[in-house]
Amino acid sequence: MRQGDTYVLLNRVSTQQSLTKASSAVSATLEEILAQALQELSAVKDLIDLDKVRVNYLGKKGLFTLQMKELGNLDPEQRRAVGQVINQAKDQFQQKLEAAKDQLEADALSVRLASESIDVTLPGRGQSTGRLHPVTTTLRRISKIFATVGFTVVEGPEIEDDYHNFEALNIPAHHPARAMHDTFYFDAHTVLRTHTSPVQIRTMESEKPPLKVIAPGRVYRCDSDITHTPMFHQVEGFLVDTNVSFADLKGVVYEFLRAFFEKDIQVRFRPSYFPFTEPSAEVDIECVMCGGHGCRVCSHTGWLEVMGCGMIHPEVFKAVNIDSEQYSGFAFGMGVERLAMLRYGINDLRLFFENDLKFLEQFN
Amino acid sequence: MQISEAWLRTYVNPDVNTDTLVQQLTMAGLEVDSVEPAAADFSGVVVGQVVSMEQHPDADRLRVCQVNVGEAEPLQIVCGASNVRVGLKIPAALCGAVLPGDFKIKKSKLRGQESLGMLCSEKELGLVAEAHGLMELSDDAPVGVDIREYLSLNDSIIVVDLTPNRADCLSVEGLAREVALLNKLDWSTTVVDTVAVGHQDTLSVKVTAPEACPRYLGRLIKEVNPLAITPLWMQERLRRSGIRSLGPLVDVTNYVLLELGQPLHVFDASKLSGGITVRYATADESLTLLNNEEIKLDAQALIIADDKQPLALAGVMGGSDSAVSDATQTVFLECAFFTPQAIAGKARNFGLHTDSSHRFERGVDAQLQNRAIERATQLIVEIAGGSVGDVTEVTSSDHLPARNAVILRRTKIEQSLAIQLPDAQVIEILQRLGMQVADHADGWQVGPPSFRFDISIEADLIEEIARVFGYNNLPSSSLFMRSELSQVTEGLLEIDRVKDLFVDRGYQEAVTYSFVDEDIQNTVAPGIEAIRLKNPISSELAVMRTTLWCGLLKAALYNTNRQQNRVRLFETGLRFVKESGEIHQQKMLAGLILGDVYSDQWAEKSRKVDFYDAKADLQAIFELSGCNASFIKGELSSLHPGQTAKIISAEGQDMGWLGMLHPQLEKQLGFDGQVFLFELAQDGLLNKKVPAFTPLSKYPSVKRDLALIVNETVSAAEIVSCIKNSAETALKEVVIFDVYRGKGIEEGNKSIALSLILQDDTQTLAESDIETIVSRLLTILFNELKAKLRD
Repeated sequence: MRQGDTYVLLNRVSTQQSLTKASSAVSATLEEILAQALQELSAVKDLIDLDKVRVNYLGKKGLFTLQMKELGNLDPEQRRAVGQVINQAKDQFQQKLEAAKDQLEADALSVRLASESIDVTLPGRGQSTGRLHPVTTTLRRISKIFATVGFTVVEGPEIEDDYHNFEALNIPAHHPARAMHDTFYFDAHTVLRTHTSPVQIRTMESEKPPLKVIAPGRVYRCDSDITHTPMFHQVEGFLVDTNVSFADLKGVVYEFLRAFFEKDIQVRFRPSYFPFTEPSAEVDIECVMCGGHGCRVCSHTGWLEVMGCGMIHPEVFKAVNIDSEQYSGFAFGMGVERLAMLRYGINDLRLFFENDLKFLEQFN
Repeated sequence: MQISEAWLRTYVNPDVNTDTLVQQLTMAGLEVDSVEPAAADFSGVVVGQVVSMEQHPDADRLRVCQVNVGEAEPLQIVCGASNVRVGLKIPAALCGAVLPGDFKIKKSKLRGQESLGMLCSEKELGLVAEAHGLMELSDDAPVGVDIREYLSLNDSIIVVDLTPNRADCLSVEGLAREVALLNKLDWSTTVVDTVAVGHQDTLSVKVTAPEACPRYLGRLIKEVNPLAITPLWMQERLRRSGIRSLGPLVDVTNYVLLELGQPLHVFDASKLSGGITVRYATADESLTLLNNEEIKLDAQALIIADDKQPLALAGVMGGSDSAVSDATQTVFLECAFFTPQAIAGKARNFGLHTDSSHRFERGVDAQLQNRAIERATQLIVEIAGGSVGDVTEVTSSDHLPARNAVILRRTKIEQSLAIQLPDAQVIEILQRLGMQVADHADGWQVGPPSFRFDISIEADLIEEIARVFGYNNLPSSSLFMRSELSQVTEGLLEIDRVKDLFVDRGYQEAVTYSFVDEDIQNTVAPGIEAIRLKNPISSELAVMRTTLWCGLLKAALYNTNRQQNRVRLFETGLRFVKESGEIHQQKMLAGLILGDVYSDQWAEKSRKVDFYDAKADLQAIFELSGCNASFIKGELSSLHPGQTAKIISAEGQDMGWLGMLHPQLEKQLGFDGQVFLFELAQDGLLNKKVPAFTPLSKYPSVKRDLALIVNETVSAAEIVSCIKNSAETALKEVVIFDVYRGKGIEEGNKSIALSLILQDDTQTLAESDIETIVSRLLTILFNELKAKLRD
């Protein structure tokens, strides 16, 4: 509405100007011309009218131009003096014209800026961004931490044979340790891998030390309740070289856990048993929920079990034809969901596999 | 393994509190799961004795008792228990007593009769979950003494979660050995008194499977009193280990199992026919176990039999036919060593797990049987009396587990643990563990004790030293690493990059189970042989997925059922298929979109996703690797027949599928709108060419637009490839910018508008050159596809 009103107003002014021009064209004195020019200029409301005024006075047939043309009729002495006077008047008009033009341009810009103003708080348009699954995010962080010191990522099959999942890892048939793994079977010799440790065997079968490997992936246990899902993720890591000691294992685990939790966290090593490592250890960290004071999450012990590890067992080296007198190594394995739960404060393991968008959207 | 702390401390009593003791065990690798009080909190309960008793005048079930609680006058207490009787000693809660559950005992009147306390059952004291009648104390219980003191209830139950290698700690003695070691204290084993032989009768013992049963001991004990009562101290120790009292004969075998770690068995000798044979069963035999379950035996099952029939599943469980009862007067006491190999897996084959099988399959000390049978005999005779016969022993020394000496090198300790330990410390640790230690040129020659089944190589000894020294006292070194520059393969696109692109294009990453519902999978991907789990968790998770679509569809439904009207999911992972008997595990990438193309917003009109939205996402992925895949019309039973594309690589390999979920399936699965799906094998997708530079033309490019009329059956791809195959060197690009049907176009035809980008590498194209090229192209298009220029 307001813009429309202004437009009408401008039109009316320009009509009045045209009339003025017609009546003064014949014989006006220089002062009259200048006065009239300045008056017209002061009435101008937009750049189009301004240009009309300019043409009226300074164009080829403009009033100042005509005055200059009439100079030719004067004798040479008068010509210079009168010419000077005309030029002065013309300059005076031109200056005012420039000033008026600047003003009009500035006015027009501010009108445009005002009209183009938007609500910057409205959202942008287009596709929104999704999220990676928290397991992926956690796996990537773990891999990245180890990649900085030259560990490479290796994957293995999920349907695994009994030999790689158990036998070669020093877990013969009927070993009581098999009871610790609730195994999914396809037939007597084929299982869903119960851990990522078979990747250790497969890598050592095909490559020679030194080895620095991280093996992430899905693993399966025939167990399902509030704290167990039949599928979850593990990361296996191992290093084989000459002169690797338990101290190196401790160092790597300490440094990893501190890097992962970005905190100078308390870590303890507890003797444990895995058939494929010796010495074997469980690694506990100070409870990240209560700071070690004891809470429901840590069963009031102040400690949380986060990984198992140990020095690779000589029987495992034997199975892959690596001389355990020449080489030694360590291996560790951790549950990815467990670490993600501690890192992000997730309180229910089952959420990881329900794929509820409200859950997934939280992990950017 | 759970044990009373007080019992443990009768062997070795370090000057540390319960918390520290438990900490010591945990940090030595004997993880303590929990510490519970031996009895719930209660106070004010003493040993009382019923001195007289009268029927309550107004209540049939109540008795009015006078109870001696050690004070000058007996107290009057009203009691409703059926086993209350004069002379009985019972726990008496006095006025002011507080029982478990904060139950306060006050002076009260019961149907008009004053009662100054309460007589208690085991349940009321929080000792057991269920009880019938009052707790009966033994006749020698001292009247007036606090019951907590009398029953030693101020005790803790320590629950140790032992790893399978530490069978030696499945007894109080075994744990005592560790506690002594950790506190550098001396300790001694249970003193066993040998009972003098009172009769000459024996049963013959024959072992036909000496490799499975290298040692078998048995003896007859006659004239036992089957009604004898297990003393309270034994009942309490059993209770604190989670074992119910079942009469003195069985209680003694359980007690010795806990005390020494030796499983024993008692047979009712009157139910045996002839002698004892340890043998493998035959396939036609069966046995009814103590739990009344009948099992079919086979040639792998090691049994104890008499001349007539199987009596027991060796090392696992006895049979019901030969079990002791209230009437048993003569028992045959068995104490054997079965090898771990003979027992391992046997119990599980029959779905059994017993305290006995748990120990035998991990390893029982093969030198323990003589001591254990004497200990059990002593206890039976002490409690139930009886006359003892000679022990019959059958031992096959060749089959007893060998304990070979292990060489432990000083240098190996240092290499493995990065620490130099004084010789004396190493020797002390080993000796306290029960090892024989002798000097050796490089270190020591170590003889493991018979109770350690887990010491056979040097690494086993190093672990023991590390464990006792304390893992946390061992040094930690900053990363020792040999480093080399890593390989960065440019010819391979990383799957992480693909995932990131999906995320950037609005997809959520899903992780779904690798096993799925067979029926749903058959509907979604019929005709593909799925690999079936032998022992699935449930029928919904019974077969391995042959496509990632099953999981994604389920996840999408989960969300649409929760008011989500816009779902974009992708997943990466393996699919599992069986082809000619062989298992293939193939890395896949799959996605699903449904609902609005954008989330709710103000700026543009919303619309539903369609085929081309999904296709654009796939094409974006292809651009990452420069993969030159093509989409051709295809047929897949789960997809809409008119909206299915098969994706083919430049080399002609099948890569995967894209399409709309078949409307029938959409309805069947419970969706209320269109669903678009894609799935691709990763291998073809991730192969990438290392870019090769093409010089830029200096000459201007020109654009010519053409509108072609073709039959509906002619696909866009046919037109584009027809133009591209024309061998026009100046042709750089073909872009379709409009498809039109309707007014001005004959029914059955369509108009396809496209732009040709032309540019020559050697000259500026003249108008005449351009016209020549375009007219050549129009000729080819007409000849091959009957395409005509639109007027």
